[in-house]
Amino acid sequence: MKCGRDSVAPFRGETMKLRHKKIITAYLFLSVPLTFFVFVRFYPMVSAFYMSFTDWNIISPVKNFVGLSNYVRIFKDPVFRTSLLNTLKYVLYGVPSVIVLSLGLALLLNNITKGQSLYRLIYVMPYITPIVATSWVWRWMYQKPPTGIINNFLNLLGLPSRDFLMSTTEALPSIVATTVWVEIGYCVIIFLAGLQNIPKEYLEAAKVDGANRRQLLFKITIPLLNPVIVFLSVMETIMFLRIFTQVYNMTDQGSGGPLNSTLPLVLYIYQKAFKSFDMGTAAAATVVLFLMILGITVLQLKVLNRRVQY
Amino acid sequence: MTRSDKIVKIVSYIVLTVLTVVMIFPFFWMVLSSLKPFREIYRPYLFPKYPTLDNYRKIMGSSLFPNWFLNSLIVALSTTFSVLFFDSLVGYTIAKYSFPGRNIIFLFILSTLMIPTEMLIIPWYVMSSRFGWIDTYWGIMFPGMITAFGIFLMKQFMETIPDDLLDAARIDGVSEFGIFWRVALPLVRPALASLAILNFIGNWNAFLWPLIVSSKPRMYTLPVGLATFSSENLMHWELIMTGATVSTIPLIIVFLIFQKQIIRGIMLSGLKG
Repeated sequence: MKCGRDSVAPFRGETMKLRHKKIITAYLFLSVPLTFFVFVRFYPMVSAFYMSFTDWNIISPVKNFVGLSNYVRIFKDPVFRTSLLNTLKYVLYGVPSVIVLSLGLALLLNNITKGQSLYRLIYVMPYITPIVATSWVWRWMYQKPPTGIINNFLNLLGLPSRDFLMSTTEALPSIVATTVWVEIGYCVIIFLAGLQNIPKEYLEAAKVDGANRRQLLFKITIPLLNPVIVFLSVMETIMFLRIFTQVYNMTDQGSGGPLNSTLPLVLYIYQKAFKSFDMGTAAAATVVLFLMILGITVLQLKVLNRRVQY
Repeated sequence: MTRSDKIVKIVSYIVLTVLTVVMIFPFFWMVLSSLKPFREIYRPYLFPKYPTLDNYRKIMGSSLFPNWFLNSLIVALSTTFSVLFFDSLVGYTIAKYSFPGRNIIFLFILSTLMIPTEMLIIPWYVMSSRFGWIDTYWGIMFPGMITAFGIFLMKQFMETIPDDLLDAARIDGVSEFGIFWRVALPLVRPALASLAILNFIGNWNAFLWPLIVSSKPRMYTLPVGLATFSSENLMHWELIMTGATVSTIPLIIVFLIFQKQIIRGIMLSGLKG
């Protein structure tokens, strides 16, 4: 402001006043939200850590400090170890499937122009519908023949029926399949946005140099998409580490059965805390989950901050 | 366009269309099953021979589904309004005011994104039972009244508002809150729309916490109600599928109306990495 230069001096008192007023206003605006974050996020986190070192259950009023014995106990508990192993299986089966399938779909979608947004719209529908509802629909589809539509379809093709959710070996992959179906839409949207951010010149230049389709894909597109792949892998890993709703709704009485074969970590926590009211042990298990998610996130930051030159 | 380009295009369309069928079939099957009378539900054909709306009448008349529907609506709408107001207020304050501790406060809020909900539910439950929040709307809603992600998002958008505009309002004698409410907020309307719609969907679908904090069937939200209703009616798949349809259809409608905002919202949430 040119004309204001002369009038700075008389206004100095005013601007100081305004500055103070702004600081007070800012704290006033932040007062309720900050209280919220302290009492609903920060304090409960500290409290969960603390609980994991006590033998508290909700029935008895006493809270004894027991050190690391809850941690020792859960790692000795075969059910906890099973749930940890199952969670690992969810991640190992689920994340690569979601990433590969949605990347493939996004690449196909990127080939076409007409109807792209319509396809995208349909693919994302499972992602926005309640997981409880879709879990029950899939549970219904996984039934034995003649009621289970998937088995009917298999029989129609001359293939034998499968047990799906009734089998200790097939139940977990069946739940993974449902979850992949849910998550694909989300990943396709992110991948497609990433693909459309790749400058056309790079591809044109490579084409002029005589690169074929396969080379374009593996030497240009996928390397340039690497940050998106890392980001989505991390998001999906965290999602599968926290899997609960699908398992609760697709297994008998929400048990993580048959024979704990689908029991994930969060369902173990739920059962310990709200079925046996063993809060200390459950809190210790949540700390284990927290550390796993923290580890994945730190790893992501390390990978993404590494500058890669192509 | 070369011949091989054309072939790639055609193959793409074929594969995409086949996958469309896979993606959409469960919805299709859900609705068809909900239209079948009980005596047809275990028959292996796609379309009901005698389609009926009886299942919907049963669900709406003799179960708590209308209650659950209303509960979900109240919870999802209230948290969404709260999130819109507080997230944009905090985002605005951090973007547009300079005050001691600004960066620390912002980092503190962002760092809470690292804490998984599962870790907080036990202390939340203890808190709720101490303060009598079990089986209340407040009990279901309080953890989601303000979100760190929304604050982050709104801060990004508030930063794009030119300071001159806010100062001009200040000179005109508009109060500080008035500047936020009447000048800043209308300028970030598209971001608000995306945040609102994603938040509504998230709260409509929420399961773990509502399951824990509500013990009286009357206070269940739709997903919790559907889960308990279904496991109590395991033989009546036509009713389960009707319940699933009832909890899905409102979302599909919302989705079709606000598809642009939803897709943009998902993209924004993807950019936060």
